[in-house]
Amino acid sequence: MIETLLVSVYIFVLAIFVGFETITKVPPLLHTPLMSGTNAISGITLVGALISAGAGHSTLSTILGLLAVIIATINVVGGFMVTDRMLEMFKKEKKKNYNR
Amino acid sequence: MNIIIALAYLLSSILFILGLRDLSSPKTARRGNQLAMIAMLIAIVVTLTKNEILDFTLIIIGLIIGSAIGAIIARKIQMTAVPQMVALFNGLGGGASALVALAKYNRLSGDIRIDVIISMVASLSIGAITFTGSLVAFGKLQGLIRGAPVVFKAQRLLNMLLFALFLIMGIIVTINPANSTGLLIILAIALILGILFVIPIGGADMPVVISTLNSCSGMAAAATGFVLSNNILIICGALVGASGFILTRIMCKAMNRSITNIIFGSVGTVSVNDNNNDKHVVINYTEEDASIMLEAAQKVIIIPGYGLAVAQAQFALQELVTMLINSGIDVRYAIHPVAGRMPGHMNVLLAEANVSYDLLFDLEDINDSFQNTDVALVVGANDVINPSARSNKESPLYGMPILNADQARSVIICKRSLSPGFSGVDNELFYQKKTLMIFGDAKESINKIIKLLKT
Repeated sequence: MIETLLVSVYIFVLAIFVGFETITKVPPLLHTPLMSGTNAISGITLVGALISAGAGHSTLSTILGLLAVIIATINVVGGFMVTDRMLEMFKKEKKKNYNR
Repeated sequence: MNIIIALAYLLSSILFILGLRDLSSPKTARRGNQLAMIAMLIAIVVTLTKNEILDFTLIIIGLIIGSAIGAIIARKIQMTAVPQMVALFNGLGGGASALVALAKYNRLSGDIRIDVIISMVASLSIGAITFTGSLVAFGKLQGLIRGAPVVFKAQRLLNMLLFALFLIMGIIVTINPANSTGLLIILAIALILGILFVIPIGGADMPVVISTLNSCSGMAAAATGFVLSNNILIICGALVGASGFILTRIMCKAMNRSITNIIFGSVGTVSVNDNNNDKHVVINYTEEDASIMLEAAQKVIIIPGYGLAVAQAQFALQELVTMLINSGIDVRYAIHPVAGRMPGHMNVLLAEANVSYDLLFDLEDINDSFQNTDVALVVGANDVINPSARSNKESPLYGMPILNADQARSVIICKRSLSPGFSGVDNELFYQKKTLMIFGDAKESINKIIKLLKT
């Protein structure tokens, strides 16, 4: 059992380093989309929520699971969609409507 | 089957990392976000094939409700309101992690390994703090509760007492995992601590708060990953935790303050003595003066601040900039890292108004150019151009990197009133001879200038 835990700790620490290396390269220009995008990624907890809601162990854990599924899905769907909406606006040299 | 699931999670993790990497350039950023969406989809679909899941009814109901709400919010939200939306979503993510940990606890009914119960306590408490903290941040940004710092006597003492109680309960529950009352007490304390951490923090420190909460929502997900021994949760949680941490550090550096100073310092409540205030006189200029100045200028730098967002003036501003560029004037934007209410807030607003990101410059890239600039046009910013940050050791702003607007030949400042900025510090730049103060709503002022320039 301790081995699985150790492997998890390894993965956790290495992932933090990967995160640092990758995210340090994101320019301030994109910090808001970065934040709302990573925000959506933190909704990955939905994976755990699905199991709680579907495993049918007890009424309480099912209800907790269902609640978790709902709010994690709002987080995931809303987060990704709004990030996409934002990034769509970040275009270089849009068609110049200078005639206004 | 388990091997396939594990490999699919690996694929999903790779896509998440590649997606984040693509966020490093505006050209690839949208694709990056889409990669992350695909990664999430893979993780969800694969999880649904697990044979632990017996009943899909509730799952489908939950997914439909959540998707509908999420999609509506994402579509309806105005770009100026993105900070509060991110705060809200952070809270939901943290809350979901806490709920999952709680559900797992309920399922295991007391028979829990020590590493799992520690992870549960971590997930539950970080998730709960993120949840209530984010709701308070949301309330402040949305204007539902007072944005100014809320401080009361013995606040710090209360925090410390609660934290001590939290540690004691944590140890008790770790020793005896069957103690469910103990776990609920931990949950209650964490919910209260989340509120107490954020209420004393004022509006302009929000970029730091949101970044920290962002990091916490990731850490809560990672802790839940340890509870469930689920590597995709651990990886994603770690990535988000690292991201939020980096942003927090950048924001703190941009204000020359430490995170402890922000959480416990409550700037904005200290009343600073303006002993030299009385001898200053501000001349109230009009939009006409500004338009004459802009017409005569060759180089202009624009400094947007939170006031731009409040007045929704980004479109009017861009119209003005386009006019100036078309008449041959060199115009650029200078973006301070903490302008607005979240990291990169101004960039998003200006992108919405179709501003090419070539025109947007970070503090260190543009600060030397102010000397050769004819007009620095400040729209709704204050503390980020306060020269006392450079010179006055007494000032709470001292040491904060500022935009050198005062080095421009002249400065036009659009502002609602003379009231000091969030820091409560008076801005000597307002009283200088080369400064033109234009009071009023930023959008109206800019529209007036546009009209005058047209004639």
